[in-house]
Amino acid sequence: MKNKWLTYPYLVWMLIFIFIPLLLVLFFSLTVRTPEGLAFSFENFQRFFEPIYLRVLLRSVYLALISTIICLVLGYPMAMILAGNNFKRKNVMVFLFVVPMWMNFLLRTYAWMTLLERQGLLNTFLSFLGLPPLNLLYTQEAVVLGMVYNFLPFMVLPIYSVLSKIDRQLIEAAADLGADQVTIFRRVIFPLSLPGVMSGITMVFMPAVTTFVISRLLGGGQFTLIGNLIEQQFLFVGDWHFGSAISMVMMVIILLSIGVLSRYDKEHEGGGLW
Amino acid sequence: MAQNIIHLVNVSKNYNGTEALRNINLYIRKNEFLTLLGPSGCGKTTTLRIIGGFEAPDGGEVLFNGVNITSVPPYKRRVNTVFQKYALFPHLNVFENIAFGLKIKKMDKKLIAEKVHNILGLVNLSGFEQREIDSLSGGQQQRVAIARALVNEPEVLLLDEPLGALDLKLRQEMQIELKNMQQRLGITFVYVTHDQEEALSMSDTIVVMKEGSIQQIGSPIDIYNEPKNSFVADFIGESNIVSGIMLRDYLVKFAETTFECVDHGFKENEPVDVVIRPEDIQVVPAAESKLQGEVSAVTFKGVHYEMIVQNNSTRWKIQSTAMAPVGAKVGLQILPEAIHIMKKVTVK
Repeated sequence: MKNKWLTYPYLVWMLIFIFIPLLLVLFFSLTVRTPEGLAFSFENFQRFFEPIYLRVLLRSVYLALISTIICLVLGYPMAMILAGNNFKRKNVMVFLFVVPMWMNFLLRTYAWMTLLERQGLLNTFLSFLGLPPLNLLYTQEAVVLGMVYNFLPFMVLPIYSVLSKIDRQLIEAAADLGADQVTIFRRVIFPLSLPGVMSGITMVFMPAVTTFVISRLLGGGQFTLIGNLIEQQFLFVGDWHFGSAISMVMMVIILLSIGVLSRYDKEHEGGGLW
Repeated sequence: MAQNIIHLVNVSKNYNGTEALRNINLYIRKNEFLTLLGPSGCGKTTTLRIIGGFEAPDGGEVLFNGVNITSVPPYKRRVNTVFQKYALFPHLNVFENIAFGLKIKKMDKKLIAEKVHNILGLVNLSGFEQREIDSLSGGQQQRVAIARALVNEPEVLLLDEPLGALDLKLRQEMQIELKNMQQRLGITFVYVTHDQEEALSMSDTIVVMKEGSIQQIGSPIDIYNEPKNSFVADFIGESNIVSGIMLRDYLVKFAETTFECVDHGFKENEPVDVVIRPEDIQVVPAAESKLQGEVSAVTFKGVHYEMIVQNNSTRWKIQSTAMAPVGAKVGLQILPEAIHIMKKVTVK
């Protein structure tokens, strides 16, 4: 370890941008403002476990789960098609998949608003067909749609990358041993793609459970998610202490879910999530 | 003939316009050890993959026990394959890998366990059931791959350069083991290799291939002693190949010298290729031979010396247990039986 000092800038960077902020969040979450100044207290955490906030937490997890499942159901076949051998314009397709990710996240979500709103593109089309307009925007479904749309590439890409690395010879070996297409998928391809599925699930679930932009824009503030709650505490209510406590709870939940997922991920031992 | 388990009839295959196989006609007898031998790109692996069902031929038919199986998918063929890089399933342990084919056949669990146990004994890996694949050495993985194929009791076992990744000593051990297994189990082996020594020591029949066509089919002894053309002669063992002229039956001229030989049936004064194995040339005192030369290099090879003898127009490679020093004038003695005359072919 001769060049140990090379790691120092990185350590300093970690200290300033990760460690200290985390400590501050922890500090704020464990204190309350009193007339005499700051006082140590578990009050913030106790407050979070009131039904009104628990309902927000449950809704966040529920919507994020639904989105993750939809992403998996849509993304897996997509990744299989991309990784397929007989697919000529593979690079173009992967490129098309990545391109929207280069566009601003807000812009993409605003675009959905103009599509879904009452005088939006979809309803204009419906009335053109003589059908009554639908309430599309500001619904739970719109929030899920936004999540799926924004996070689908994060499901497709890791699965695609694992699938395209599977040795063709393994598939031939399975066929050689008497496995038909369905059996090959069930016994060889799917088990081997599990690490990709696991990172896909993590990469979709984590941003989905913490998002506040999608729920605000497409849910119209009717579906407060845990992200919105944190945002409110910091930006509008000004209660940094409660906001920090919610953040801490959120972090624990995410760490737990990573831990559970990585138990199913023999290959990466939970290390290869990002 | 009922004895022919596999018959390839006029099989051809193209890859993007280049001919990988042209009009392959080949029958494989039941219980024989047949080797497809040739340099890389000669079509030997393609032939094997067509038998296994992984490639469809562009023309011709594959018959299995007389039945056309050209369009039968691999999973319905009574054939199993040992792949070049083993292709063991990394997410399964040794037991699960070997039991893969049996489980698909919905065989009774007890019977599967018994069969896996027996086959592991056969490949000398008893007690390895629960081991993970990546904890095994290359040689052990090789044995698992063979066991995984054999446990299905195929009528034909296809082996695609199965020993290519092993070191020399292990390879030689495995060659003997494979040959023993084949004889004990009475299964037809179709073996692909580019290693002529491997082919010679294991096979009942060798098929020498080059650029998508079969050059010669025969027993190892036939192929070695009576190569059909200079390519086969050059590929199987080492050879001196020189141009000569067939003066008349039993008389050939090369290296400005006339020799008696045992070949006949050529036209008078027909240009021919003359093939002489390095071990078939004797080094004698210069005065005792009509062909003389000077030793230009000597290499000790263990069992024998390899000498390069230069005469006016030709370099001769000679293998002999007796050594002549560099610079020595020697005579070369070649017996009529050692001279193999071949029709001239233009080797690119």
